[in-house]
Amino acid sequence: MEVSLAAVLPQIFTGLVLGMIFVLLAIGLSLIFGLMTVVNFAHGALYMLGAYCTVFLLGFTRNFWVALLVAPLMVGTFGLLVERFLIRRLYGRGPDDPLLLTFGLSLVLIETAKLIWGKIGLTLDPPRELGGAVNLGFMAFPAYRLFVIAVTVVVLLALWAFLTRTNVGLVIRAGSRDPLMVRALGIDLSRIWLLVFGIGCALAGLAGALAGPMRGAYAEMGVTMVIESFVVVVVGGMGSLLGAVVAGIMMGQVVGITTFFAPKLAEIMVFVVMALVLLVRPSGFFGEAGLME
Amino acid sequence: MNRRVFLTTTAAGAATFAFPAVLRAQSKDPIRIGFPAPLTGPFSAIAADMKQGAELAVDELNAKGGILGRKVEVLIRDDQLKPQVGAQRTQELIEKEGCQFIVGGLAAHVQMAINEQTKKAKVLFISTSQSDEISAKPDTSPITFHEALNPTITSRVVGKWVMENLGKKWWIVYADYAWGKQNNAVLQDTLQKNGGTLLGATPYPLGSAEFSAHLPKIQAAKPEVLMSVTPGADNIAFLKQARSFGMDKSMKLAQPLLWISYLKEGGPELYSDVYGSINWYWELQDTIPSARKFVEASMKKFNMPPGDYGAYSYSGVLEVARGVELAKSTDSEAVANALRKSPVYDHFKGKQWWRTCDNKAMQDMWIVKGRGPGKTKGEWGLMDMVAKVTADEKNDRTCAEKGFV
Repeated sequence: MEVSLAAVLPQIFTGLVLGMIFVLLAIGLSLIFGLMTVVNFAHGALYMLGAYCTVFLLGFTRNFWVALLVAPLMVGTFGLLVERFLIRRLYGRGPDDPLLLTFGLSLVLIETAKLIWGKIGLTLDPPRELGGAVNLGFMAFPAYRLFVIAVTVVVLLALWAFLTRTNVGLVIRAGSRDPLMVRALGIDLSRIWLLVFGIGCALAGLAGALAGPMRGAYAEMGVTMVIESFVVVVVGGMGSLLGAVVAGIMMGQVVGITTFFAPKLAEIMVFVVMALVLLVRPSGFFGEAGLME
Repeated sequence: MNRRVFLTTTAAGAATFAFPAVLRAQSKDPIRIGFPAPLTGPFSAIAADMKQGAELAVDELNAKGGILGRKVEVLIRDDQLKPQVGAQRTQELIEKEGCQFIVGGLAAHVQMAINEQTKKAKVLFISTSQSDEISAKPDTSPITFHEALNPTITSRVVGKWVMENLGKKWWIVYADYAWGKQNNAVLQDTLQKNGGTLLGATPYPLGSAEFSAHLPKIQAAKPEVLMSVTPGADNIAFLKQARSFGMDKSMKLAQPLLWISYLKEGGPELYSDVYGSINWYWELQDTIPSARKFVEASMKKFNMPPGDYGAYSYSGVLEVARGVELAKSTDSEAVANALRKSPVYDHFKGKQWWRTCDNKAMQDMWIVKGRGPGKTKGEWGLMDMVAKVTADEKNDRTCAEKGFV
C-alpha cells in the first residue's frame, strides 16, 4: 500500500475526533480520582446516559442546541445525587468500595436504559447546519466532527480557567494535594467533592451527547469506552488533567493510525501502548507515584 | 362418590365416545414446537419479528383444527444470542418441555449450537437463520432443514447484480465473525470471477459503533461501490458515518442484505438508495396470494406487516405441520422423509422447494433499495423492489461441494 502524507493526514484528523471523546471522558475520571481517589466505574454508563438524554430532549424540544446544553446538566445533576446519597457513605473505606459501588451502578443504569429506551439502540442526527461534509482540501470531512473538536477545545479551556482562575478552582487543586491541610484551614471539602463529582459526570454526559449523533445511543455504548478511558487515564497519569488530555489525543491517533495499517489490531493496540508506557514510566506521563496507596 | 359427581363423570365419558374421531383426537397432547430466538441482545428487533411469525403460523394451524387433529403449541425461549444458552434452551425444550420439533435460531454460531442438540436428541430442526455450514457436511444431518438464505446464495446474487448495475470497482467492509467473513469471501470470489476489481477489504469487530477511522482510506481509493457487511445495529452506525463523510455522493452503497427492522429504525434518509437483497418484503402481497394472506393475518393480530425473518419463522413452523400431516406421524425421521418426498411448498412467497441432498430451501429473492424521504408508503413501505431473482439451485454450492456424494 502506498503511504503518502495525503493518505495519512485524513487519518490523523479522524483520530483527533476519537481522541476528543476520550479526553472528555478521561478528564472527568481523572478529576474525580485526583481529588477523591474514587475510581468511577459508572463513567461509561453516564456517557450512555448523556446520549439517551440528548435523544429524549431532542424529541421533547426539537432543538439540538438545547439538548446539547441540558443533557450534560441532567447527567451532572444525577452525578450530584449519586455522590450525595451513595458514594459519600463510603469515604475512608479505601478505593475498592466505591469501585464496586460504581460498577454495580453501571449495570443498573445499563439495564434501566434497556427498560426505558428498548434493547435496540436509537439513532439521532446532527443538526441540519452540521449535517453535511466540509471540504478540507485533502478530504471531505463531516462538519459535525469538526464541531466536536471545537466544543471539546472550548470546554477544556473553560475548565482550565475555572481551575486556575477561580477560588473554587484553587480549593479543588489544593484539596487534591492535601485534603487534611485544606480542612484544617476551615474549608468544607465535602461540598467541593460533591461539585467535582458532578462536573466529572457532566463531562461524561457531554461526551455522550456529542458522540450520540455520530454513533447513535445504545445501552452498552459505554462498556468498552470506560475501559479505554481508564487506559487513557493510566497512560496520562492517574489524577493528572494534562495527562488525560495528552494521552486521550494520543490514543485517538493510535486507534486511527492502527486502523489504517492493520484494522484487526486497532483494539489491541491501545493496550499494547499502555503496557509500553507503563514499562518506561510506571506512573504514566504526568502521574505522581503513590496516589493509589 | 355422590350422585352428582357420578353423573357428570359418566356423562363426560359418554360424550367422549359420542364425539367424532377428529375432536376426540384433539383432546390428546398438543404437538409442541420449540423455538429458540435471541429475544434480548443486539438482534432483538429481528427476534421480535420471528416470534410474531411463529405465533401467526400456530394461530393459523389451530384455527384449522391443529395437526392430525392435535393442537399445536410453539414454545419461544430466549437464547440471548449465545451458543451455550441456545444449546441449553434447546435441550430443555426437548427434554423437559416435551417438544417434538425445533424451529428458529438466529445468527450462524447459535444455530450451529442448536443443531448439535437436535442431532443428539434425534429431533427435526428447521433453521431460520443464515449459515453456509448448517446445510453442509459435516454439520448438517438428515433431520436438519434450512429455511433461510445463506451467505453463498445472498452474496453471489447480490454481488453479480451489483457488478452488472452499479459498478465493478469495490471496497468491502465486513464484520469480523463467521457470517461477515463468509459473505466477504463469496463477494470477493464473485467479483474476481466476473472481472471486477477489489480495491480493499476491511474487517472490523462486530458490535462496533465507530467506523470513522476506516473511512478516509476508502474515500481515497475511490471505489465505485462500497459494499458493507454490517449486521444488526452496526448497519445504522456504518451508513450514518459513511454518509457524514459524504461518501454517498461519490460511490454507490450496497450490502448483501437489507433488514426491514433496521430500515424502520434508521429512517428513509439513511437508507435512501442503499441496495441489498431480501428474502421477502410485505409489498409482495400485491402480486402473490400467499403473501397477501400472511400480511393480512399479521395486520389483524399485530397491526404491522411481518418482516423478513418473521416470514422465515412462519414458513418454518408451517413446514413442520405439513411434514407431520404428510407422514401422519410426529417421528422426526418420518417427517423429514415426507418433506423430501414432496419437497415443494408455498406458504408466503410463491413456490419454494427443499433440495433433497442437503435439505436446503430453494426460494426466490429480491434485490431491493431503500426508498428516500418522501417516497415511502406508510409506516412500513420503506423499500423499492428493483429486481426479482428466481430460485435457482446453481446459486448455492452444489451437493458435491457441500460434501454429499
